[in-house]
Amino acid sequence: MSSQPSATADETAVSGAREPVIELRDVAFGYTATPVVEDVSLSVQNGEYVAVVGPNGSGKSTLMQLMLGLLEPDTGAARLFGEPAHSFDDGGRLGYVAQHASASKEMPITVREVVKMGRFPHVGFGRLSSRDWAIVDDALDTVGMSAFAGRRITQLSGGQRQRAFIARALASEAELLVLDEPTVGVDVESVQAFYGLLESLNERGITVLLIEHDLGAVTDNADRVVCLNREVYFDGPTAEFVESDALAHAFGTAANFLGGSE
Amino acid sequence: MTGVLAPVLLQSQSNETLDTLLGPMYWLLEQWAGLLGWVAREAGIGMLSYGFMQRGILVGLCIGVMAPLIGTFLVHRQLALIGDALAHTAFAGVAVGLFLNAVIDLGVTPYLTAVVVAMIAALFIELISEVTDAYNDVSMAIVLSTGFALGTTLITINAGGMTVSVEQYLFGNLSTVTSQSAAILLVLFGIIVGMVALTRNQLLYVTFDETAARVSGIPVNWYNRIMVMLTALVVVGAMQIMGVILVAAMLVVPVAGASQVARSFNESLLVSIVLAELSVLLGIAISYQIGATAGGVIVLCGVGIYTVAVAFGKLKTKYGDQEVPEMGSIDVTDDDTTATVWTDEADGRDAATDD
Repeated sequence: MSSQPSATADETAVSGAREPVIELRDVAFGYTATPVVEDVSLSVQNGEYVAVVGPNGSGKSTLMQLMLGLLEPDTGAARLFGEPAHSFDDGGRLGYVAQHASASKEMPITVREVVKMGRFPHVGFGRLSSRDWAIVDDALDTVGMSAFAGRRITQLSGGQRQRAFIARALASEAELLVLDEPTVGVDVESVQAFYGLLESLNERGITVLLIEHDLGAVTDNADRVVCLNREVYFDGPTAEFVESDALAHAFGTAANFLGGSE
Repeated sequence: MTGVLAPVLLQSQSNETLDTLLGPMYWLLEQWAGLLGWVAREAGIGMLSYGFMQRGILVGLCIGVMAPLIGTFLVHRQLALIGDALAHTAFAGVAVGLFLNAVIDLGVTPYLTAVVVAMIAALFIELISEVTDAYNDVSMAIVLSTGFALGTTLITINAGGMTVSVEQYLFGNLSTVTSQSAAILLVLFGIIVGMVALTRNQLLYVTFDETAARVSGIPVNWYNRIMVMLTALVVVGAMQIMGVILVAAMLVVPVAGASQVARSFNESLLVSIVLAELSVLLGIAISYQIGATAGGVIVLCGVGIYTVAVAFGKLKTKYGDQEVPEMGSIDVTDDDTTATVWTDEADGRDAATDD
């Protein structure tokens, strides 16, 4: 929507400073009595490239769901673009990419139809206008998938599929891109290209939040690292994270595998 | 005195109101009968000149559109079983209707009580899944058995006063489709097609990727509720000629066939409707010739068509276009349409990162 950026600019003018894209204050959440995440306070500013790392079961995905408003914190507050995350409904500003590479849904649907869904928050019950379709085709072009537009998504490789899902987020003109372990099951060359794409999108001003357990990918790409294991063990620039011993604390002593994967 | 009169009044009143409401549908039915009568005379097809056949074919054609339409969304969410579960609870609804008719002489068609009971069951299934975060086949199987058990119990309690055979509800019957039930079906047809046409974007998103749909601001639970309610409507509508036991087949078989040959989602919707209509028309014609129950023959035709579709799909993958297109490079710089949107964000970026 072309009206969106100007609206954001107006808000900025009124409030004087940009609101953080994501803000968590003393957030705790548990599916049972035992909390999965606890005492988490952090904020992500517009244009940042943040990676959340932690061992399996550390609450990374739960934290992401809290940030996106899919879960409501037991205590504390989660805000998205300045609104309570749980009631935030301007879905066009969010792009979400999950571990789809391993999904094996046999649904007949083409790449273009998947990318088209990115426009749904903007068109509601209506039809896509020619401008909407132009944005869809443009997004496909950006991720280099134009030639695959008419292919069934189930026939694609993991890497190609993830590109399609990125294109869907682009088509929604998302300001915040949230990726939950996006490269699981994706071949090595595609992973390289994939992080290259994230990098350039971030340079274009999109806020990127990456949930990862592949530490190599994180240290090579993200500007800021949040290391989580129920609580936040480290939150700061990537370079400091590499030198710190936060990793050993969060992952336990046996985890000396910087650059490797689990 | 009034205790005896009230049900009688209620009966005539409710039927009259219903018939007034269904007025336009009766008009449509007349037009349809006129059309088929004309075709029967011109083409010399005797079976089309009977009133029950004309209604049966119309009902069949409507089912051929709405069942695969809803079925497509169900099958691709691995919810094929829900149609079966709702059909069996609809049978309980039929039993409730027959029971009420016998006890207080309510005088409404059991299909209406079936609609109500099936919709309640549909909501119940949906609420269970919202609480437990998953549709599971165990709870579905429980609802299915409960519905059927309730139905048989009610019918046998009432067996003394009731002469109506339940066979037509179990197996369906083309020749007993009354004008009233055909008119009700036309209303259901309108509701279902209208709702799907309106909410197709949201239903597609929820079907394909529920979490992403939630993130994009779609109230997923509401669309799931709409979906199960529509399923209940389809099931009851289709029950008239398909019967409780075979109704789920119309939701599943044409869709399964279509996903073998279709590439896109829109194509699969269209193909599944075409396949369903083929089975309906073929099934009705054959059942008329051999004097069998239409429901069974329609399903057999559907399965036959499905088998052909599978074979066709295999051939298509084997001899079809095998060349893999060149993957383009990732190119974020020369964007023209979307670039304007992000330049605004890029400005505030430097200031924002030094947190």
